[in-house]
Amino acid sequence: MNENATAGADRPAGTCRADGGKLAVLSVRNVEKRFGARPVLRGISMEVTSGEFLTILGESGSGKTTLLRLIAGFESLDRGEIWMGDERIDEIPAYRRQVNTVFQSYAIFPHLSVFKNVAYGLRAKGVRRDEIPERVNQALAMVKMGEFAASAPSKLSGGQQQRVALARALVNRPKILLLDEPLSALDANLRKQMQAELKSLQREVGITFIFVTHDQEEAMALSDRVALLRQGLVEQITDPREIYGRPATAYVAQFIGQTNLLHAEVRDGVARAGALRWRPTGETGDPGKAIFSLRPECIRLAGAQASAGTNSARGASVRFRGQILRQTFGGAADLIEIDSGNAQILRARIAVPGLLPGEAEFEFAEADAVWVRDSAAG
Amino acid sequence: MGAGFGRGMTVYTRAYKSAVAIPPLLWVTAFLLVPYAILFAHSFWAVSPAQVIVHNWNLQNYAELWRNPMYLAVLFRSMRIAGSVTLLALLLGYPLAYFVSFHATKRKDLLYQLVIIPLWASYLVRGYAWKTILGSDGVLNGFLQFLHITHGPVQFFLYSPFAVVLTLTHIYTPFTFLPIYASLEHVPRNLVEASHDLGASPWKTFCRVILPLSLPGVIAGATFAFVLTLGDFLAPLLVGGPSGIMISNIVVSLFGAAYNWPLGAAISLCMLVLVVALLVVTEKIEKRLAA
Repeated sequence: MNENATAGADRPAGTCRADGGKLAVLSVRNVEKRFGARPVLRGISMEVTSGEFLTILGESGSGKTTLLRLIAGFESLDRGEIWMGDERIDEIPAYRRQVNTVFQSYAIFPHLSVFKNVAYGLRAKGVRRDEIPERVNQALAMVKMGEFAASAPSKLSGGQQQRVALARALVNRPKILLLDEPLSALDANLRKQMQAELKSLQREVGITFIFVTHDQEEAMALSDRVALLRQGLVEQITDPREIYGRPATAYVAQFIGQTNLLHAEVRDGVARAGALRWRPTGETGDPGKAIFSLRPECIRLAGAQASAGTNSARGASVRFRGQILRQTFGGAADLIEIDSGNAQILRARIAVPGLLPGEAEFEFAEADAVWVRDSAAG
Repeated sequence: MGAGFGRGMTVYTRAYKSAVAIPPLLWVTAFLLVPYAILFAHSFWAVSPAQVIVHNWNLQNYAELWRNPMYLAVLFRSMRIAGSVTLLALLLGYPLAYFVSFHATKRKDLLYQLVIIPLWASYLVRGYAWKTILGSDGVLNGFLQFLHITHGPVQFFLYSPFAVVLTLTHIYTPFTFLPIYASLEHVPRNLVEASHDLGASPWKTFCRVILPLSLPGVIAGATFAFVLTLGDFLAPLLVGGPSGIMISNIVVSLFGAAYNWPLGAAISLCMLVLVVALLVVTEKIEKRLAA
């Protein structure tokens, strides 16, 4: 019951595999959920690989927390199935599922000491009494809370309670750890520190983490893969670089980082948006109207060195003359709003030594204008 | 300037505070402290053979309470009745409060109101209602005879400690329900989810999370039921009969027909000390649980 589910450990027979031939610990299939008349999840499917750090990202109301609660067993689904390995779990109660949750508000038992909080799961599952202290102390040491074992939760700071919540979940050696916006109540500095600790902790224990957040930076920093939800549907699920570099939809492009959406007319292999003209390099869907995402850092002053991470070095560039509407100092790179003609405003992020003149010549690589579909959600 | 402004604020606040505090203080003094002082004084006085209260200070009344086994017997009976009522009211009130708080999703407000509504009905009405139900021509006896379970009216339903306990349990169950319900409502639901998440079954979750966290409500409810029952004199009067007499009935008769105010005052003060001691202890327990 309590064996550690490290990546590549003994695989149960009949387990399906996720992409890349890795073992899927969790499989969500066509899950639908409504609250009253309001649909919250409208057919979600995803495979979670063993040992992976998957982030479910979305704004409030996207259904991300509901999905997590369905996996934990706090809500029942209306349609679809959830499988863990070869066991269907959506019909068994929460207390028999081999997942543990770190709650947004920590949900530390106020009437129990730190030690008893962490021991709670072990006692509930009937772990041998003489085995409990060692495992609890181990878990507390892992989150650097060893010296607080005897403390009352009310004496702890938010960050410390967070660590206790983590230890309380991890001590059970779950197959999957669910984290519901666990860092959102912490202040910025502590949050950054906890992010780093979470990531290294996850590598250390090798448990699959499913992490819910509305913070795209956090998602990018922590995850092996990001699933972006919108209005109860998956917009895109892939690794952070891919979701940033090749957003599938206009919504994804706008949600992850900043972008310029170019509403273009594509005919005979040429895209036109305002005064801009270029030859799209990738797929563009059917001829006619199309949307392209162009990241601000992909635009540079004509003739300047291309910045790292963009496609500017490769392929043809699009040059255009633009009027500078506004230039905002932004440390390493300034944010510059450019009117490229015909009411097409572009935002660029360019490292410049000082104020630019009223007009300048800019360029971007054709490959950096990425075709995106309309949102998956209607 | 800043300091002057600050001082001005303090003066204003202080004046405001005393303006708010004085009326209730006057009220408490006139209608609580002064009567208690009079009661206290009476408990050391005596009634002369000429039926006049004489002010010769002594401990005769307290000695009498100790000497006459009747008083202690009635006191113990009162405590036994109060204990039974408390236990029954908790056994009824807790599951009810638990159900309304945790499982009555849509009808929560309605059920809550249904529990509260009896509190609006006069105490006397509820007492008489039980008299009608338990009497020898009462609803209960009629029903039992109709079902041929009994063949004549059962006498011991009414005018017995049993009838007192039943009536008082009915009357004071809402008083246990309310604080228990309030404390159950304050149990964060994510703690229940956390318990399930950690593998504890609903029963274990109840024993290890819900019950411990609702104990302050249980103690408050038990205190209400016990203290209110201990001082009750109407229920024994209506349905108690001679065997259901409680300590307050004795006080009532001492201040009335028996005309022994000093002895009545002595009993009242003993009761007061008992109840205050109980309140102090339960408050201490509640505070410790809250910490």
